[in-house]
Amino acid sequence: MEAFEYARPASGKEALELLGGSFADSEILAGGMDLISLMKNYVLSPKRLVNIKGISEFSGIRSTQQGLAIGATTTLQELIEHKTIAADYPGLHQAADAIPSPQIRNMATAGGNLCQRPRCWYFRNGFGLLARDAKGNPLVPGGDNRYHAIFGNDGPAYFVNGSSLAPALIALSAQARIFSANGWREVAVADFFRTPRNDNERENVLQPKEILGEIVIPSASKGLRTSTYEVREREALDWPLATASVALKMSGNKIEKASVVLGYVAPIPWQAKEAGDWLAGKTLNEETAAKAGEAAVQGAKPLSGNKYKVQLARVCVKRALLAAGRA
Amino acid sequence: MADYKWPAAENRSLIGKRISRLDGPLKSSGRAKYSFDVNRPGMLYGKMILSPYAHAKVTKIDTTAAEKMPGVKAVTLIWEVGKEVQWAGQEIAAVAAETEDQARDAARAIKVEYEVLPHLVTDATPQQAGADHSKQLSEQKTGDPDPAFAQAAATIEGTYGSPVITHCCLESHGQVTEWQGDQLTVWASTQAVSNLAGEYAPAMEIPAGNVHIITPVMGGGFGSKFNSDVWGFACARLSKKSGRAVKMLLERDHELMVAGARPSIYAKVKVAAKADGTLVAWKSESWGTAGPGSAGNPTLPYVFRPENRSSRHTAISTNIGPARAWRAPNHPQMALITMSALEDLAAAVPMDPLDFFLKNIELTGTLAKVYKEELLKAAELMDWKKKWHPRGQMVAGPIQRGLGLSLHTWGGGGHQSNCNCTIHPDGSVEVSLGSQDLGTGARTVIGIVAAETLGLPLEAVKVNIGDNHYPASGASGGSTTVGGVSSSTRRAANNALNELLAKVAPSLGGDAEQLEAVGGVIRVKGDTSKFLPWKQACAKLASTPITAAGQTSKDLISSGVGGVQMAEVSVDMETGVVRVEKMVAAQDCGLVINLKTAESQVYGAFIMGITYALHEEKIMDQQTGRCLNADMEFYKLAGLGDIGELVVHMMTGPGYDDRGVIGLGEPPVISPGAVISNAVANAIGVRVPTLPITPSKVLAALESKGAKA
Ligand SMILES: Cc1cc2nc3c(=O)[nH]c(=O)nc-3n(C[C@H](O)[C@H](O)[C@H](O)COP(=O)(O)OP(=O)(O)OC[C@H]3O[C@@H](n4cnc5c(N)ncnc54)[C@H](O)[C@@H]3O)c2cc1C
Repeated sequence: MEAFEYARPASGKEALELLGGSFADSEILAGGMDLISLMKNYVLSPKRLVNIKGISEFSGIRSTQQGLAIGATTTLQELIEHKTIAADYPGLHQAADAIPSPQIRNMATAGGNLCQRPRCWYFRNGFGLLARDAKGNPLVPGGDNRYHAIFGNDGPAYFVNGSSLAPALIALSAQARIFSANGWREVAVADFFRTPRNDNERENVLQPKEILGEIVIPSASKGLRTSTYEVREREALDWPLATASVALKMSGNKIEKASVVLGYVAPIPWQAKEAGDWLAGKTLNEETAAKAGEAAVQGAKPLSGNKYKVQLARVCVKRALLAAGRA
Repeated sequence: MADYKWPAAENRSLIGKRISRLDGPLKSSGRAKYSFDVNRPGMLYGKMILSPYAHAKVTKIDTTAAEKMPGVKAVTLIWEVGKEVQWAGQEIAAVAAETEDQARDAARAIKVEYEVLPHLVTDATPQQAGADHSKQLSEQKTGDPDPAFAQAAATIEGTYGSPVITHCCLESHGQVTEWQGDQLTVWASTQAVSNLAGEYAPAMEIPAGNVHIITPVMGGGFGSKFNSDVWGFACARLSKKSGRAVKMLLERDHELMVAGARPSIYAKVKVAAKADGTLVAWKSESWGTAGPGSAGNPTLPYVFRPENRSSRHTAISTNIGPARAWRAPNHPQMALITMSALEDLAAAVPMDPLDFFLKNIELTGTLAKVYKEELLKAAELMDWKKKWHPRGQMVAGPIQRGLGLSLHTWGGGGHQSNCNCTIHPDGSVEVSLGSQDLGTGARTVIGIVAAETLGLPLEAVKVNIGDNHYPASGASGGSTTVGGVSSSTRRAANNALNELLAKVAPSLGGDAEQLEAVGGVIRVKGDTSKFLPWKQACAKLASTPITAAGQTSKDLISSGVGGVQMAEVSVDMETGVVRVEKMVAAQDCGLVINLKTAESQVYGAFIMGITYALHEEKIMDQQTGRCLNADMEFYKLAGLGDIGELVVHMMTGPGYDDRGVIGLGEPPVISPGAVISNAVANAIGVRVPTLPITPSKVLAALESKGAKA
C-alpha cells in the first residue's frame, strides 16, 4: 500500500476537521476489514485515514424515543450479543451472526459493513469501481459475472452490494443518521444506497466530509416478525450468493404489511416491492411464500453467467418468509 | 547380527502404531520456523514486478526510478527486453529494500513497456481454441470399441471434466538467501532439499558444495516446489549485489497466478456394458490445458481396462499460466472422467455401482483383490447397501441424499535416499538425511524406523533432516519419500546396530550373531538374564561414535497401491448447494509405518478433495487475460464447516504389510472429485458434468434434466 497519514480523533467534530474534501484525500477507517485490504492491493490509496473507532458519539447501542440506536462503530460481535436485537429483530441478528469468522466479527463495525465497497473482482483487481477496460467498455457483461447483479444492472454498475446487514435494516425501515459540519441529518437506510454513475461517485449518499454516525431501528411493534435467509456456497470465510430479509406485520396468520429486501443481487440492497405489496392481506403459508418469491424476481435480468441467482433469490424470499412465520 | 528385513507383526514395538508427529507441538504452538519465519541480521525484503498481460513482448524495462527509491539496495532483471511473456504474472524484475513496503513501492516504480499480443486464457475446447492452439496426441487403442458398442446392452455418452486449479500452498513459494564470501545459504520452501544446490551452483557460478539449503519444515508444496525457480535465483542475485540477506516469498496473488496449477482435462466419453454389467468398450476424446506446455497423454479409462478401448487427447496451449505437478498428476482428472462415466453406465444398466464395480473388478488387473477387499470394507463403513438408492429416486422435501464411489491407484516406490545413523558413546542416536518433511510426517517415520531398529523409544532418536549437508535424499515427489527414507534409515540403523553388537559381544558371551536390541537393552536372544542396558552397551564404544550408512533398499519397499473411496452428500434441490455428509476411504499403502500420520494423510486429502470438488477453479478473464480470483476471497477453499464426517481405514495385515512400504502422499487425493460428483448424480438424478460442483451448475443440470423430461 501507499504511505498514508493516520489520525485518531476523539470527537466527531475533530474527525470532520481531519477529513479532506475528496475521497482521494482521506477515508474513514472503522474496523478496517475492507478498507485495509483495498489499500494493500492499491485499489484505494487515500492520503489520510481517519480512525473513528475512538469516538464515543458513534459507539454503543442505546434505546431512544425513536427506537434502538446502533452506533456506527458497534462491532458485529456486539450487535450479535445484544439481547434486544436477538429477541426483537431476529432477522438482523441472523444477518450479523452469519458473517464469518470471529476475527472479522470482532473488528468489523456496523457502519463499515454498510459502507463496505462492492463485491466485484474487476473492481478488486484494479479495473475501477465501474470495471471498464482501457477504452471505457464495461468488462462485466462480457466477462465472468457469476457473482454479479441480476437487478439494477443496466449499467454502468454491475457489481453487488456486499452488506448482509443492509437488507435486514431496510426491511425494518431503519434510519441512517449522518453527521457533518451542518450537524446531523437523517435518511432512510433504503435511500442511503445508490448506484454510482461514474468512478468518482460512491455507492451511498455520503459526501467526503460526512460520517455515518448511527443507525436507528424503529421500536418493535406488536406482530413484527423478521427473518433473514441466506444461500452460501460454503461455510468458510465467504459472502452469501444471495440473501433475503423480511419484516412482516402479522395479525395471527395473516400478513398486514410486508417488506422484502434482497441482498447480493444488485448494486444496492434490492427492495422487492412487488413481493411486499402482493403479500399484504395474504395468509402466510408455503404457497403464498413461494408466490412471493416468484413476485420478487419478476424483474430480474440475469447476465450471461448468473442466472442461478434468480432461483437463489426466489428461494431466499420463500424461506425467509416461512422462517419469519415460524418465529 | 540383526536382520534388516521389516520385523514381523508380533515383533513391532513402534511400526504400525498410532504415533503423534515429532514436530506437532512445535507447529501447533507456532514455534516451528518456516522459511517465511527466517529473519537474518540486516535482512532486506525482495519484491517483484509482474507482467499484467497474458501475452506480450517486453519492449523496455527501466529501473532507474526504482533504484533511487528510499531503502532500495539492489535491483535485478528477471526478464529481457525482446522476450515474450506467456502469462500474466510473469516476473520481470526484482528489487531488494530495507522494508517490505519500500520494496513493494520500488518494484512498482520499475517502468516496463509491452507490445501486447493476442492471448487465449479460456479453458477452451479444441474447436474453440483453433488449430494454432491445439495439438492432438497419439491415439491409445486396444481391441476395437466400435463393433463392441454395436452389441452392447447399455451404452452411455457424456462429457466430464475439471478446470485448471492452483496449488495454493499455505506457505507461498520463495526463500531467504544470504552470502558469506562465495558461500550461499538458502532457506528455501522446497520439496527437494538435496537437489537445489545443483540448480543454484551453475546459475551463481559457484561449486554446488558452496550452496547450503535449509528447510527444517515447510508449508505445503503438493508438487509445485521442486525447483529453485526464477525468484530463487533473483533473490540470490539481490543478496549478492546488496551484500545482505534477502527474504523474498511470493505474495498471495503471485502465488495463485503462476506458482502452480493443475491442468484441466475434459473428455467426451462413450462407454458400454453387457446386460449383466460387464464393461465391454470405451471410447474417449479428451482435451485440456496445461498453459503453454503439455501435461502428457492421460490414460483413459482409468484403473479399468476393458477389452476394447480407445482414447485420444488434444493438448490446448493457452496463456492461463504454467502448470506444475499437482499431487498425483492427471490421476484426479482421469478418475473423475472414468468413474463418472462408469457410474452413469451403471445407472443405465441399471445396477448399483457397488455391484457394477465388483462385477468388473478383474478388469483392474493385479490390484483386483485389493480393490475388492477395499470395496467391501468401504461399503461396510459407509453402510452402502442400506443407504444406496437408485439414481433419481427422491424423498419428500428439497434435501436429497446420494452416494458415490471411486477407485484409484498410484505407484509409490522409493526414491534414492542416503541415511547416516550415528550411535554416540553416551547412548544418544542421530539419523541424518538430506530429506524433507512437507507436512506429511516423514520426520516422524524416520524416527520410528530408527528407534524400532535399535530397540529404543522414539524420543531416544534425534532426526536430522531438511539440510543438504546431510546425506543426499531424493525430492519428495511421486509419493516416493516414505519408501526411500524408511528403507535407507532401516539399513543405516541396522548397520550401525551390527557394529555396536560386534563391540559389545565380548561382554555378552562373545557371539554377536546371538545378540538383539529390544526394549532399550542389548540382550542374548532367548536368554533374558544376559543383557546390557543400551547406555552401558554404547559406553563400550569408548570415545569414537559409530556412523553407518544406509541406502534405499528395494527389498523393503514396493510400488502400486489401490484405494477405494465413497462419499455421501446432501443436495438442496432448490439452491443447488452441496454438502458433504460423509466420506469413507479404504486405502492400501503396503506396510504402514505410522498409522496416525498415514490416516492424517488421507484426512488431508479428503479436505483438499472436497475443496476441488466443490469450490476450486482458477478463473480467467479472456478480455483482460488476467486471473480474476488470485486471492483467498474468490479462490474458494473449504473450511472446517464444509467438511463432513471423514472415515479412514488403512488396509493392513497379511497381504498388505508383507509388500513392504509404499508411498501414500498422492493416492488418497485422486478419488474425492469422482466420489462427490457421483454422489451428487445419485442424489439429484442427473450428472453435473464438470467440477467444481457449484450451486450454479447443480441448478443448471436440474434445469436441463427438467427440459428433457
Ligand atoms: C472473508 C470475508 C467474508 C465476509 N463476509 C461477509 C458477509 O457474509 N456479510 C457481510 O455483510 N460482510 C462480509 N464481509 C465484509 C465485512 O463484514 C466488512 O468488511 C466489514 O463489515 C467492514 O466493516 P469495517 O468496520 O471493518 O469497515 P472498514 O474496512 O473500516 O471500512 C469499510 C468502508 O466503509 C467506510 N466507513 C466505515 N465506517 C464508516 C462510517 N461510520 N461512516 C462513513 N464511512 C464509513 C470506510 O471508509 C470504507 O470505505 C466479509 C469480509 C471478509 C474479509
